[in-house]
Amino acid sequence: MAQTPKELILDPMVDNNPITLQVLGICSALAVTSSLQVAFVMALAVTAVTAFSSMFISMIRNQIPGSIRIIVQMVIIASLVIVVDQVLKAYAFEISKTLSVFVGLIITNCIVMGRAEAFAMKNPPIASFIDGIGNGLGYGLILMLVGVIRELFGSGSLFGVTILETVNNGGWYVPNGLLLLPPSAFFVIGLLIWAFRAWKPEQVEERDYKIQVVEEH
Amino acid sequence: MGIRNFFDRIEPHFTNGGKYEKFFPIYEMVESFLYTPKTVTKVAPHARSYVDMKRIMTYVVIATIPCILIGLYNVGFQTNTAMEVHNASGWRVWLLDLLGVGFNPDNPIANFLHGLLYFLPIYIVTLVVGGIWEVIFATVRGHEVNEGFLVTSMLYALILPPSAPLWQVALGISFGVVIGKEVFGGTGKNFLNPALTGRAFLYFAYPAQMSGETIWTPVDGFSGATALSVSASDGFTELAVRGIDWTSAFIGTIQGSIGETSTLACLIGLSFLLITKIANWRLVVGCLAGMIGFSLLLNWVGSDSNPMFAMPWYWHLVTGGFAFGLAFMVTEPVSASHTNVGRYIYGALIGFMVVMIRVINPAFPEGMMLAILFGNVFAPLIDYFVVQANIKRRAKRNA
Repeated sequence: MAQTPKELILDPMVDNNPITLQVLGICSALAVTSSLQVAFVMALAVTAVTAFSSMFISMIRNQIPGSIRIIVQMVIIASLVIVVDQVLKAYAFEISKTLSVFVGLIITNCIVMGRAEAFAMKNPPIASFIDGIGNGLGYGLILMLVGVIRELFGSGSLFGVTILETVNNGGWYVPNGLLLLPPSAFFVIGLLIWAFRAWKPEQVEERDYKIQVVEEH
Repeated sequence: MGIRNFFDRIEPHFTNGGKYEKFFPIYEMVESFLYTPKTVTKVAPHARSYVDMKRIMTYVVIATIPCILIGLYNVGFQTNTAMEVHNASGWRVWLLDLLGVGFNPDNPIANFLHGLLYFLPIYIVTLVVGGIWEVIFATVRGHEVNEGFLVTSMLYALILPPSAPLWQVALGISFGVVIGKEVFGGTGKNFLNPALTGRAFLYFAYPAQMSGETIWTPVDGFSGATALSVSASDGFTELAVRGIDWTSAFIGTIQGSIGETSTLACLIGLSFLLITKIANWRLVVGCLAGMIGFSLLLNWVGSDSNPMFAMPWYWHLVTGGFAFGLAFMVTEPVSASHTNVGRYIYGALIGFMVVMIRVINPAFPEGMMLAILFGNVFAPLIDYFVVQANIKRRAKRNA
């Protein structure tokens, strides 16, 4: 487990991405990616929570009794989420309103919990902190990719700045309404996973079954 | 037999080790389009039947012919009728003027030709764009381009409104072929109907061009609601006020997508499929029973605020896409249930869902497309429970 800080940061970007390889944190990726700005804030929030929760859990990892470790982890994660929620409400109220319940739901984001269980319980605080940042950024990378596709083709803009002038505003671009609906993120993430696995074939899972071939040439 | 000789001469280049080995699917596609396939399935489970994929798919295309003919006539009829009041221009008008056909809605040939000029561009775009995707996947994956695509493209073109922009047609068929079929491994492994997947994509992506009152007849300024949306807003009795009686809805001279308006044509196609045993009658029985049963129940329950509750089953049958979906999509063997008991359940689920969406969901006036996709998703589950029930019953008998 002796990974360098650089590996801890870069590994979750592509080779061990929490969304495309581990398929965790999908619900929030569906819900908050229709506009880039919201996706960006969400990515920052998840990165902060994952990094700090991993660090704090790692600090007290030798004092946590094994039988109640999940509850202890939840308490730490929940406290951090409340802090993030309050900060957003204080300094970015509009975005906090758009994110609504999804900030609170970071508590249930499998990535946060997963890193606490899989990494922070066995590694020192600094490494855990960096690992949290790396996974948060890996999550954020996919969020931004999906956000770019959905906002650009769904409403013709990026970060709220018009790129493709839509028909309603006198331009030529007919926005694709499906991309503004949450299910479209399923397709986009699915296609991204396809692209990642075409690029890195070692990520492809083994088949659980083989399809019978009935035609011969 | 010059062409046959030509194929025999160039075949070695495409088989294993040949110069153009990678392009074998394209060679195979052109060859089996023109001739009977040379390969015969020798392995279970298909070895017993003389009905091969080519024959099934060709029969389905043949079955859609009545829908195409009446659909083309109706598109022209609606357009020509609308043009008596509204002015229209464009290349179609120019071409029809040039041919001297005229725009008289009482002239069947004028109607038919005008409809053809709307249908052909849509169909050609569908074939070209969808075909390119099929060939790309066939070349990369090493499977064959088969006749299933002819069915998909025909059904897809028939369930579009005549005014559909061609770039949307291209986008929809791309989505249908790639996401609805090829990502799951191609024909025979698609659990969703590819034509409906493409249509559903367009419906949610571009609602302004795919639903409403101005799209069914492609004349600027003309507005005509479909029978279903009239019924949804004012009750089916309002149809008579607007001059739509049951017979015209049955024959198909009403507003709607190109091929779906004529229940008569769909039923002719359906009988052909049933007689040739391409379609399984259990699916049809299940679907009709589900639709009739649930609409009778809703008639009996009644509602003061929702006029659709009172819509009788014979109106559900002739409006919207019910008949077309029943004939060509519920009966599609790949995405339907594969057990006999499962087929009744699958059909009934779709029949029930159509009425449910049409009557109770205020967001969608038409429910056939969504109901069939819903049924597609449930088909493997239904099969699973039917098979499990059978295993349990036999285990008990032999215990």
